[in-house]
Amino acid sequence: MAGNTPRRVRESHRKSQRGAEETPLVKWLLVGTAGLFLLVFLLLPLVNVFAQALGKGLGAYFKALEHPDTLSSIRLTLLTAAICVPLNVVFGVCAAWAVAKFEFRGKALLITLIDLPFSVSPVVAGLVYVVVFGLQGYLGPWLADRDLQVIFAVPGIVLATLFVTFPFVARELIPVMQATGTDQEQAAMTLGASGWQTFWRVTLPSVKWGLLYGVILCNARAMGEFGAVSVVSGHITGLTDTMPLRVEKLYISYDSTGAFAVASLLALLALVTLVAKTWLEWRQERQFEAAQHVETSTSRDEGTGPT
Amino acid sequence: MPGFGLTMGYTLFYLSVIVLIPLAGLFLRVLGMTWSEFWGMAMSPRAMAAYRLTFGASFVAAVINVVFGTLTAWVLVRYSFPGKRFLDALVDFPFALPTAVAGLTLSSLFAPNGWLGQVLVPMGIHVAYTPLGVTLALTFIGLPFVVRTLQPVLEQLERETEEAAATLGAGRLRTFVSVVAPTLFPAALTGFALAFARAIGEYGSVIFISSGRQFESEIAPMVIVIRLDEFNTNGALAIAVVMLVASFTMLGVINVLERWVSRYQH
Amino acid sequence: MSIQLKSISKSFGDTVAVERVEFTVAEGELVALLGPSGGGKTTVLRMIAGLEMPTSGDILIRGQRVNDLPVQRRNIGFVFQNYALFKTMSVADNIAFGLKIKKWKRSEIASRVAELVELFGLQGLERRYPHQLSGGQRQRVAIARSLAPKPSVLLLDEPFGAVDAKIRQDLREWLVRLHHELNVTTVFVTHDQEEAMEVANRIVIFSKGRLEQIGSPREVYEQPANEFVARFIGVMNVLDCVVKNGQARAGELAFPVSGAANGTQMRIGFRPYAVAVSTDLTLHPHRARLLHTYFLGILLRVEFELPSGLVVRGRMTKEEYGMLGLEDGREVSLHIKNYRVLARDDAPLGSEMAAPVATPPHIAENI
Repeated sequence: MAGNTPRRVRESHRKSQRGAEETPLVKWLLVGTAGLFLLVFLLLPLVNVFAQALGKGLGAYFKALEHPDTLSSIRLTLLTAAICVPLNVVFGVCAAWAVAKFEFRGKALLITLIDLPFSVSPVVAGLVYVVVFGLQGYLGPWLADRDLQVIFAVPGIVLATLFVTFPFVARELIPVMQATGTDQEQAAMTLGASGWQTFWRVTLPSVKWGLLYGVILCNARAMGEFGAVSVVSGHITGLTDTMPLRVEKLYISYDSTGAFAVASLLALLALVTLVAKTWLEWRQERQFEAAQHVETSTSRDEGTGPT
Repeated sequence: MPGFGLTMGYTLFYLSVIVLIPLAGLFLRVLGMTWSEFWGMAMSPRAMAAYRLTFGASFVAAVINVVFGTLTAWVLVRYSFPGKRFLDALVDFPFALPTAVAGLTLSSLFAPNGWLGQVLVPMGIHVAYTPLGVTLALTFIGLPFVVRTLQPVLEQLERETEEAAATLGAGRLRTFVSVVAPTLFPAALTGFALAFARAIGEYGSVIFISSGRQFESEIAPMVIVIRLDEFNTNGALAIAVVMLVASFTMLGVINVLERWVSRYQH
Repeated sequence: MSIQLKSISKSFGDTVAVERVEFTVAEGELVALLGPSGGGKTTVLRMIAGLEMPTSGDILIRGQRVNDLPVQRRNIGFVFQNYALFKTMSVADNIAFGLKIKKWKRSEIASRVAELVELFGLQGLERRYPHQLSGGQRQRVAIARSLAPKPSVLLLDEPFGAVDAKIRQDLREWLVRLHHELNVTTVFVTHDQEEAMEVANRIVIFSKGRLEQIGSPREVYEQPANEFVARFIGVMNVLDCVVKNGQARAGELAFPVSGAANGTQMRIGFRPYAVAVSTDLTLHPHRARLLHTYFLGILLRVEFELPSGLVVRGRMTKEEYGMLGLEDGREVSLHIKNYRVLARDDAPLGSEMAAPVATPPHIAENI
């Protein structure tokens, strides 16, 4: 009896019996080609990083990582990320609030300007700070007089990283905040909540996953940036080398195991980023589906199942 | 709603300090040069060769990405197969991997003693330290842009239009060419532009796989760095301005394209 | 015979969508596949088209078994519920698409497109794109496109589902006229019984993947094959009754039934038009109060409440209502003229019975 069997139809079953789609041969040919391409082009390089890093054994691997200059590059990378991510989070939240909750002239221009660093070559981004703070730059002589160093020092590295990671948090938060609208905030305020209370208790919880998404991407780029940092760093071993710069230096000095050991840490960072990103997307998808389900089940069950 | 003054004020302040004022400083500095001085440095033979490789390799990389990106997006959206979720996540890998690591591992893979180089080099295919390697690295970093631009468009395609084509007698290939491809075209072009724009500014991955020899496998950002190492800031700036103008042009093109993508949506 | 379905079944995984369905459509007929959503009617239509493959059974079009014939070669016209127009093609290119596939000559394509543009009143819209058209115009383009290659049958999935109520009426009449002019065998799917009754020559009624009845609109209305059809087509009052002394009783209403033992439970159904109403409280056996009047147009729906709380739906014209001088709250007497014993959904129905004109009891007492 048809009425007793489950109504929900699994898509795969439905598709395999359709009359207007690729034959299984064509389908598997396409899947095979794409799969092979992705595995060779994307997975193989990843596997290679770890294979090369561990090729001379675990001992050599850890010995390479324990080198004082490598440890100092890890510290510098962590420090840079620890400064840049919070600063860009504060900016991202402010920008998203202003853009998503208010209407004003020039909004499209503001969004374009926020995205601008994405379209600037990292090398040019570094160069920009050299022009401002370098010895031949606008503020260079003034800084030199006061014995302050920005270029070829940590502040320059932080500034260059700030520039290239600038849009990440804002760009993820703006659409999320736009989607949540202002209804909840207005409701909170009619209940007597102050602006700050509303922000902490209503706005932030409703955008926390979007914020986390932005933080993860921002952090990955902050730790992995090469071009911009390379221009302003000065490559002073043990002082201004970040992890990516350390990879290059070890590579140039033919220390393959050392280069790949540091690279493997950065690849791990990429993997963690990917897992976190996939998990967040999966979460959002499920939330979206749950919301859809509530909507459809409150209306009549028209259009569900094959008719 | 409160907080407009505070958030807007801080947004503009931070945007100005980190992005706008430094960028303006760069252009101001360039305006201080004479035209012939600027032109001579921006269009020197070495710079021209670097532009040719940068734009040429970026173009080829973006074309490869459109082909394989479309295939990948199609397979991920239309079919279910074991490992699909994994491949889907893997597409973002070039986006998450620091470019230096990408360059390092690609150059090692294609080096004569690398996993792929062992096979390719005896066949006479030299990837590492050649323009081909530069193209490969630029393809690697650009792939996610094409796939992620096409995926949502493919998901929103109505299956019924393809079925309609079938009821009118069109086979799958004809349906793809006449019905699906024209709908995908603007999105594919947007993906192309995004991948191209990303590739022309790329530096980190390329320096590992390029020999760095001038006139051969040197890209424009590498010339900028070399000029800086020579303490020739103006020389670096001249090339940087050319790159910036190219980037901003691409940004404009992408904006126009994105509006075009939504043309038929109603 | 234009279309013939022989014991067609279709499962999606574990779900049986269509179960052993058989019917035929004659050349030039206009047939509606009617049923609630999830009834399997769209699946049947898609199987005729070749967009879905039957799990078992045969489909014949003009005597030829088409099970193994791909959709491209079945020579059918299919109109999708959301029209599925090609967004990147103009109206003319949409209509010409099937002709180009069939490699018609350029001049023949042009004249066929012009012919259809005129037939469908699309003059001046040839160069427009789908997103520049109204809902009604899109539907006409979709039908024109499906008819362009001269298909042997035209299949439409919920053709009036996507347009608003006002245009829907015009489109129904237009489809009937179009069918009259072209005389192409047409099958359409609808969940709206009124639409099926008005447009189709014959109606095929589905429920839960199974065929419930086939017949002309009049047949399915007057001789429903089972309770499902009886309740699905038109409005019906349904009462749960218990048999006592040869009468099925619910509240104060009693319906003579023969051959049922005391205590048997059964359902009695009657159409609104079977409810006779009078303001003369002595004319009919049951007293009732007019609970609510629904003004639907020329016909009114009226709900009466009996003293026991039982609610009976009736129907009358505006004139009758006016002549009786009815208004909400008014006391009336009523009588159920015809009724039917409804069994379970799948059992055949008994024929309609006329109630004996009983003398009102209180009159008898007076004598």
